[in-house]
This record gives sequence, C-alpha cells and structure tokens, in this order.
Amino acid sequence: MNDHLRYDLKIIASWIEPESKVLGLGCGEGDLLYWLKKKKNVTERGIEIEESKVVKCIEKGISVLQGDINEEIEDYPDNAFDYAICSQTLQQVYEPSNLIHSMMRVAKMGVVSFPNFGHIKVRMHLAFTGRAPVTKELPYSWHDTPNIRVLSLNDFQKFSNQVGFRILKKAAINTKDNHRQGKMVTVLPNLFATYGIFLIGKE
Amino acid sequence: MSEYIDQNQTGASAGIVEKQFFTFAESPGGLKLESGARLSPVTIAYETCGSLNSDKTNVILILHALSGDSHMAGYYSPKDAKPGWWDIMVGPGKGIDTDRYFVICSNIISSCAGSTGPASINTETDKPYGTDFPLITIGDMVEAQKALIDHLEIKSLLSVIGGSIGGMQVLEWCSRYPDSVKSAIPLATTTRHSALAIAFNEVARQAIMADPNWNDGHYYSDKKPDMGLAIARMIGHITYLSDESMRLKFGRKLQNRSALSFEFGAEFQVESYLQYQGKKFIERFDANSFLYITKAADYFDLAGQYGSGSLVKAFSKCKSKFLVVSYTSDWLYPTYQSKEMVKAMKKNNLDVSFCEIDAQWGHDAFLLPNDRLDNLIKGFLRNASNE
Repeated sequence: MNDHLRYDLKIIASWIEPESKVLGLGCGEGDLLYWLKKKKNVTERGIEIEESKVVKCIEKGISVLQGDINEEIEDYPDNAFDYAICSQTLQQVYEPSNLIHSMMRVAKMGVVSFPNFGHIKVRMHLAFTGRAPVTKELPYSWHDTPNIRVLSLNDFQKFSNQVGFRILKKAAINTKDNHRQGKMVTVLPNLFATYGIFLIGKE
Repeated sequence: MSEYIDQNQTGASAGIVEKQFFTFAESPGGLKLESGARLSPVTIAYETCGSLNSDKTNVILILHALSGDSHMAGYYSPKDAKPGWWDIMVGPGKGIDTDRYFVICSNIISSCAGSTGPASINTETDKPYGTDFPLITIGDMVEAQKALIDHLEIKSLLSVIGGSIGGMQVLEWCSRYPDSVKSAIPLATTTRHSALAIAFNEVARQAIMADPNWNDGHYYSDKKPDMGLAIARMIGHITYLSDESMRLKFGRKLQNRSALSFEFGAEFQVESYLQYQGKKFIERFDANSFLYITKAADYFDLAGQYGSGSLVKAFSKCKSKFLVVSYTSDWLYPTYQSKEMVKAMKKNNLDVSFCEIDAQWGHDAFLLPNDRLDNLIKGFLRNASNE
C-alpha cells in the first residue's frame, strides 16, 4: 500500500504522528487520509468539492464532506484537529491567508504543499519564450488554469512572516514518474525543487 | 415516495420473506405517546432479511417513508409480480448486503400495512379508530420500533437507514437512543419541514378531508374518500419529481391523441400519469393514515425537541457516525437543509460524511437505481462494521 502513495504524500505522511486527528482540505480521492488511517491509525476527516471524488473517499471508508474548503473549515471547533493538511491546493485558493488562519484555528499544526513557481524550468520558459510558463508541474495555460496563486518557495517563507505562522519543517522536492518517485533538493531549492512542502505552526 | 421497482436489476434477491407481527403495550397503561395520549395494544408488522450473527452486531434497521411498509426486499411468494420497495438496495451483494447484515424493516405505527393505525380496531369500542386514533409523532414511531428491537433482544444497531420521513426517524433514533445507534444514514431528508413542505402536506390533507366520503374519518363501514386520497397522492407526486424530471419524462406530450380536444379530460401525459398514480395508491393506502403520517412529519423538529431551538445543541448527545446524502434536484428537502444538519454535526465534532448526488429525478432519486448511492452505503457500512 505504501508504494501507491505519491512521493510528496509520503513525506507528508512521515510528518504525521500516529493516533492524531487529521483534516484533509481538498483531499481528492482520499489516498493520503486512507493511508494515514490504516498505517497510523489517525482519526480522519476530509473535505472535497467534487462529487465523484467524495464517493471514492466514502467507498474507501474514510469520512469526507462534499463542499468548498473555505466554507466547510469554518464549522469546526477551535483545535478540533492535530493537523490540517492542504496538499497541492493552496495555489487554487482565492484568499490563502484566510485559509491558513482557519487551518491554524482548527488544528495545532498545518501542512501546506504547492508547486514551486520559482523552478528553473518555469523561469527559463518565461525568459526564452516570453509566454506564461507551462510545465509538467504547472500544465495549464494562463486562461484555463485553476492555479490562480502562483508562488515560489521563497514567497511562502516571506508569507509566513506576513500572515503570522511559523515554519516548523520544510521539504523541497523534485518528483518524477508521475510523482511516484522523487528526491529531496538541498542545493538552491527555490531554483531546483518542483514542489515545496511545509509543516507550519502557530506563532 | 413513489413506486418504481418493476423488476430486480441484478437478479440477486433476498428471496422469500415473511411479514411478522409483534404486539406490545397490552396492559391498560399502553404506550404513552408524546401527545400524552395512550395507545393499547400496539402491533408492529416487520420483516427481516439476512442472518443475525452470534454477538448480534450486524443489525441494520431500515426506516420507511410516507407510503412504504415493512416489505423492503424479496418476495412473499414466487408468484409475486413485484419485490419489496427497496429491493434494488437490499439483498445479497447489494448496497445493503444481506449476506453480511441482518436487516429489519417495520411498518410505522399510524400506517396501514399491518401496524396499529387509524384503521385498526379500537378495543374500547370494537370499531376502527378512525380519527379517534391519537396523533402520532416521529418520536412515537421510533418508540414503537425500539420496543420491537428490545423484543428481538438486540442491544445495539450497526446502522439505521432511511430516506425522507424515514430519514427523520433515523435522526430521531440517533437523538433518542444515542447509545444504541453506531451509525446512521439519513437520505434526502430534513431536521424539520419548511413552510413549503407543510403547505403541500396541508393541501393534500384538505383534499382528503373535503371528500364527502371522509365523514370526519369514520368511513370504514362505508364508501372511502378515494377521490380525496387520490388527489393527495397526486399533490405528493409533484413534490417528489422535479422540473427537469417532468420535462424529460412528459414535457407537453399528449396522452393517446395527436391534438388538443378542447375538453376537461387527461389530455397531457403528465395529467394521465398523476391520475394513474392516484388510482393505484387508493388500492393500497388508507386516507386517515395519510393524514396522520403527514402531520407527524410536519410536527417533526429536531432542534425544537432536542436543542431548545438550536440544531447544534440537538446533536450534542448523538454519538453515531453519519453519512448524509442529498440530491441536487430535490426541492422538497433541498440540499441546504442537509447541509444545515451536517454543519451542526461538525460543530459537535461528530464523524460525518456528506455527499450531494447529482441526480435529475427530484426527491424520489433515493429510490431509483444509482450505483453511487450503492457504493456510498456499501463503503460506509463496511467501515462502520469494522470499527
């Protein structure tokens, strides 16, 4: 089962303490939550907007609500969770700072991951073609992209100071083979990592 | 709810089932109702499918809606033309798998398919109750079901499942007996009727009470208020469909004619369909039961009853794990009403899953074949039974 988990999700999973309470924001078909439930015995809740994905989650036996993450997160009591995970979704959120505030309200810690817009391929694409970058990690054209917030790893670090949260852990990664495999990037991460993953805590 | 099932879809069937009866509250005090009135004796008709496991932990209680009965699945005899009302969902390998679960469905009290209702004989007068039958609430229905479950010596239910008025009973079970319900699936339902839902029910009741044969509810030895009941059913049917489903099903198509005939017959197909549904209904349903059950549904108010007006408070004692399902085209119990209950459950940190299924068939969608619903229920139950 471990093998089926995407590389970036494996890293997130490794940060989650066993027996904890986890909220998955934009949890898709629930691969990560299912893995955490089975392997780390977490208490899981997910929020996903697409009906077909919600059905897949519930079929697997995980607890998921259909709805918009920005609205649904509001109903949970303070500190209802140990972790709120927003994997590969922050770049699609209209008001990221509100969402992060909510994550920090309902959970003790948050996990945020997103594609790095500072990656060299993105920079080269813009520099040499003069057009909005289209890469494997950011495959959409400017007019049909759900990624309305383009940010780099450095942007997120700066954002943490502005919004007021602490970065507890970070992983800059490069993935291949459809995200199944990957490696950590230690040299110039903002230039060479395709994705960033951050564990954040309250200030 | 409507009648849809023609034939079993998969070939799998719960097989031959038998309607059974349980009578209780025979002592003079009888069953104390929420209204303060007492009912004695009380009989419940019920059916079961599947087998009870040794530790009695695989029990699912199915709760039917307005016009349903205990016959949820299977056939009474091999000659039956139709199986039970939820045969598409209940059976071997189906969404509610009778190879794994022991499934019980009972007829609600005040109905007319074997359980005590207004057509039953009042032992004090030796005549049918008629409107001397006391008003029944959703809570009273559940109280009677609890007596049946106790009689079967079952302590805890793995799941309670029901749509529409059946869903109200699900919510009532979770609030009234939080320790007896491990999981719950309220489908296409609400924690209280909107003014719109009460309005339709009242028009339907008025149709029955305006029928000259109704006779204040004491019609059992004479002609029955068939026309009133048929109209009540027609009104109900409109609320179970949707603009889209009616457009797709009927549009403005004419029935057995190619042009308008300038007369007051059933010219449009939709008119003919409603009249047919009305006629079919009077053969099997009692007009007084329709009055009592719709009234019980209108009275139902989970927040009022269990939360002094607050839905969040109403769910505060619940312990069940929930799967709430609504349908996009259901305008009788629209999705916003399901979301309200989900919100209140979340505020109580309850384990709740919610899905709004995209379906064009209106309120009745929960009775129609739908793989999504089958898979949702199957996955949810498997998880509930493993925990």
